[in-house]
Amino acid sequence: MSEPVIKCEAVYKIFGENAKKMLQESNGNVDAKTFQENGCIVGVNNASFEVSKGEMLVVMGLSGSGKSTLLRCISRLTDATGGKIFIEGQDLLQLNNKELIELRRNKMGMVFQSFALLPHKTVVENIAFPLQIKGIKTEDSISKAMDMVKLVGLDGRENYFPRELSGGQQQRVGIARSLAVEPDIWFLDEPFSALDPLIRKEMQDEFLRLQDKLQKTIMFITHDFDEALKLADRIAIMKDGIIEQLDSPANIVLNPATEYVRKFTEEVPREKVLLIQDVMDPSTTDNLGDLKVLKDEIIENVAEKILTQEKAVAVIDNNNKIVGSINPTKIINTVFGGRKNSN
Amino acid sequence: MEFVKKYPKLFQWLFLLVVFFALCFAIDVPETYKFIRGQAEFVKDPNQSSFVFLGKEVRYYAFDVFWRLPPLLGWLPIWINDSLFFLMNEWMPIEFWNEDTQEYRTRPLVLQISRNLTAFMTFLIELIREILLGGLETIVAFTSWDWIDKNPWAELPGLPWTIVAAGSSILAYKLSGKGLALFAGLVMVYISIFGQWKPSMQTLSFILVAAPLSFIFGLGLGVAAFKSKRIEKALYPILLVMQTMPQYAVLVPALVLFGVGDHAAVIITMVVAVPPMILLTILGLRAIPPEVIEAGRMSGCNNWQLMFKVLIPTARRDILIGVNQVIMVCFSMAVISAFIGAKGLGFNLLLALNQLNIGLALEAGLCISLIAILLDKMSLAWANKQTDYFGNLTFYQRNKNILFFAATVIIGIVLAYIGTFLFKGDYNYLFEVPHNKGISTADFWNKGVDWIFDTFFVYIKAFNTWLIQDVLQPMRALYLRMPAVATIVLVVGAGYLIGGIRSALVVCGLTLFIALSPWWDRALVTAYMATFGVVVSCIIGFTVGTLCFQNKHSASFMLGVCDIFQTFPSFVYLIPVMMLFGITDTSVLIAVIVYATIPATRYTIEGLRSVPAGLHDAATMSGVNKFQRLTKIEFPLAFPHMMLGLNQTIVFALFMVIIGAFIGTEDLGQYILKALSDKKGAGIGFTLGICVAFIGLIFDNLIRTWVDKRKKHLGID
Repeated sequence: MSEPVIKCEAVYKIFGENAKKMLQESNGNVDAKTFQENGCIVGVNNASFEVSKGEMLVVMGLSGSGKSTLLRCISRLTDATGGKIFIEGQDLLQLNNKELIELRRNKMGMVFQSFALLPHKTVVENIAFPLQIKGIKTEDSISKAMDMVKLVGLDGRENYFPRELSGGQQQRVGIARSLAVEPDIWFLDEPFSALDPLIRKEMQDEFLRLQDKLQKTIMFITHDFDEALKLADRIAIMKDGIIEQLDSPANIVLNPATEYVRKFTEEVPREKVLLIQDVMDPSTTDNLGDLKVLKDEIIENVAEKILTQEKAVAVIDNNNKIVGSINPTKIINTVFGGRKNSN
Repeated sequence: MEFVKKYPKLFQWLFLLVVFFALCFAIDVPETYKFIRGQAEFVKDPNQSSFVFLGKEVRYYAFDVFWRLPPLLGWLPIWINDSLFFLMNEWMPIEFWNEDTQEYRTRPLVLQISRNLTAFMTFLIELIREILLGGLETIVAFTSWDWIDKNPWAELPGLPWTIVAAGSSILAYKLSGKGLALFAGLVMVYISIFGQWKPSMQTLSFILVAAPLSFIFGLGLGVAAFKSKRIEKALYPILLVMQTMPQYAVLVPALVLFGVGDHAAVIITMVVAVPPMILLTILGLRAIPPEVIEAGRMSGCNNWQLMFKVLIPTARRDILIGVNQVIMVCFSMAVISAFIGAKGLGFNLLLALNQLNIGLALEAGLCISLIAILLDKMSLAWANKQTDYFGNLTFYQRNKNILFFAATVIIGIVLAYIGTFLFKGDYNYLFEVPHNKGISTADFWNKGVDWIFDTFFVYIKAFNTWLIQDVLQPMRALYLRMPAVATIVLVVGAGYLIGGIRSALVVCGLTLFIALSPWWDRALVTAYMATFGVVVSCIIGFTVGTLCFQNKHSASFMLGVCDIFQTFPSFVYLIPVMMLFGITDTSVLIAVIVYATIPATRYTIEGLRSVPAGLHDAATMSGVNKFQRLTKIEFPLAFPHMMLGLNQTIVFALFMVIIGAFIGTEDLGQYILKALSDKKGAGIGFTLGICVAFIGLIFDNLIRTWVDKRKKHLGID
């Protein structure tokens, strides 16, 4: 496999005056309580993970769990207290200021929860801002920004000021701005949390459409578990600065690693999240009915069909090859009985 | 006892008052005490006591310590003065090359710095002045007097007034649109026709140097303070004192350091105008959401880009208020600095006031105010300006303003040239309307004033006499009757009750400084005048503000009126009151009241407006009527903000009281004014200024502490 785009090795972020010294003394065993007694607050505690090219990692956690801090360490808006961060093999913490600015100008884009638009600039000026900072001519940057305006569907509003736009529209500007320099890595810090539920759903769909087209490497922060399930390739669940579990959505739902994670999964409608392949029996049996279902179908879509069958149903892949089977009882167990299993 | 437990604060205040009055009655007025007027304080008198400190002899009239503290700080002004003298004349002599005499000379460092600064400022002012009015000193600065004698053509002719008028109109059009363009044109034409061209352009050239420099320095220091905690901590106390220091008081030390003239005026103006700019810059930068800064960083800004493309534009609102303040202070100083020889409208205004020529003063004052409003509006428009990227403009459209201006310049020159034929031997009115040849309404106003005097003399006099005899004199006597110890106990007690021990100590220090200075009596007179002004201003301001708030349009209208009134230089307020009341304390007090009512009104409306809409709805649903809503909901919530208004009112009132010394009052201001003409006045003027600033700061500290507590209690911001 090619090199991961983002790679973190034992990243710590501890706020406080003696943070660095205390971290060294603790030998990597950071206990939030002892640190707090000494006036330090642990933001990120021993985070190690990789994000590969084109993958979307969603970091989920409640407020104060350190998810935004983790993102800020990786974008180096704050400096990590300990550990190593590699962006495309480059050691991020070793970069000097100039190299860091170069990296941000060319490789990174970020979207913020409160949009963080510049109030004195119009939509198109906001979007063109990173380009102009890079030193691109006004004409070129504006025409590029206009492309982005079209991409996020704000045509006709390019001369509006942020204050004249709705929340959803403002975040479209934020998204367009972060994409203007065509970054490889895209950071999104709770981009939809400040929006109404309906708009949020619309923006999520829009976001998936964009990602389908652009295939960026993404770190997406959210406190909404449903949002994480909907968008993620992989999910990292954080609590008190520690990554409790990092896995695919299906595995998190089926095999929560800790009690904390399990609580989140309890209320999740599994049939909407899990795919057939997540619950199928890969050892093919002979006694299969005529019905065939695709392995990456969401359970909800095919459950009715399967439940009408008496025999096990064949699961096929895209090449029409049988890769496993599933029987109706399994569906019923997954949808209704799953919660007991984990007890 | 139940009652005491229920209202502990009230009881504590009552107790404080009782102690205060007990002290007042217990301490008798010494038989020898009398309020000393004028120069008598400097006369050597065998009854005086004296002490020597740091080699300076201080003479004073000794009283019972409880009645008046001895002026233990009496050596301070002398000492400041001597230090200043030492710095200017003896400290660190350096060698420098003298161009004129072609030899090395020695001069003290500070003097040399001051001379260089002076030369630089003078050059800037002369440059603009000579572009506007013509002259040869700028050219001489680059060449020499001999050269200009040989080449008389090089003398700058100055722009004809038509070009300046049309130019400012075009600039206004480019910045804002037709409305402002029309206003700019009218103002310029008015100035020209009424023969105020030359002084106006002199004032303008002064402002065009002082305002941008103050803006740049203020912004720079504000940014520095924002970036470094240490710089902020060092600046903060200076800023606080400067905010309440009367502008007069800065004049005197500047006189010593920089001499007399426009350059000194510019430096003084910067000293006064920079602090509010710094404060507002810091305020604006603080209020920027952290995510906006992060967004800037993630866009790949370096520190420079972050500051100029993200931080400063985002904080634009507060920085603009700062610009506004700078312009306001500059115009205010344009008048005040006439005392140290600044030319222009301010000088004419002072002269006219001195001669009691109200008409002339009115014309000059009107011109200053008009230019102030114009510049204020133009700076606002400039900051709000937008670029159009999509208009597919032709060369003509893109450059039409420049083309228009070029055309105007040609037409203006042609007109001026034609003028030389039209007005042969006479003044060329198409070039410049001279001061005495314009239309003057002065006579009309003077006659008006005379008429008012003749017609209403009896009533005005009666009012005047009543006010002075039945209100002001007793009030003044009461203030002077307060023993020093009682006053200190009252102030410190109030500080303790409001802000605890810390506040009490701060307030105690400030009061002690005044009490130990040689001018306690004068400070009491200042306090009495300011108190009277503040009380009346607040009554008017709170009432007017509350009434105007009842209707959305009248509230906006009133705020607009406040804006305009605030742009008037403070001296202008003296003109109409002198028209009516002549040279009396009443005039000063009415000017104080008019001037100080502005912040009282403004803050009342703003405070009432800031009450959240949700609360209004909740109140309405609880079935309150208009009056109940006002007293139960709006006043309690708006009160902290209104108190900040009171704070501003006090500062404004103190400023005006000090300026009122020009008319002739017996407070600290009179001494500051006197120090201006005193060779050893620098120390005195400065110390007096600090005394006034401290009076302001005592109230500032008490009110702010109270407001902060109250706001926390109410859970507002």
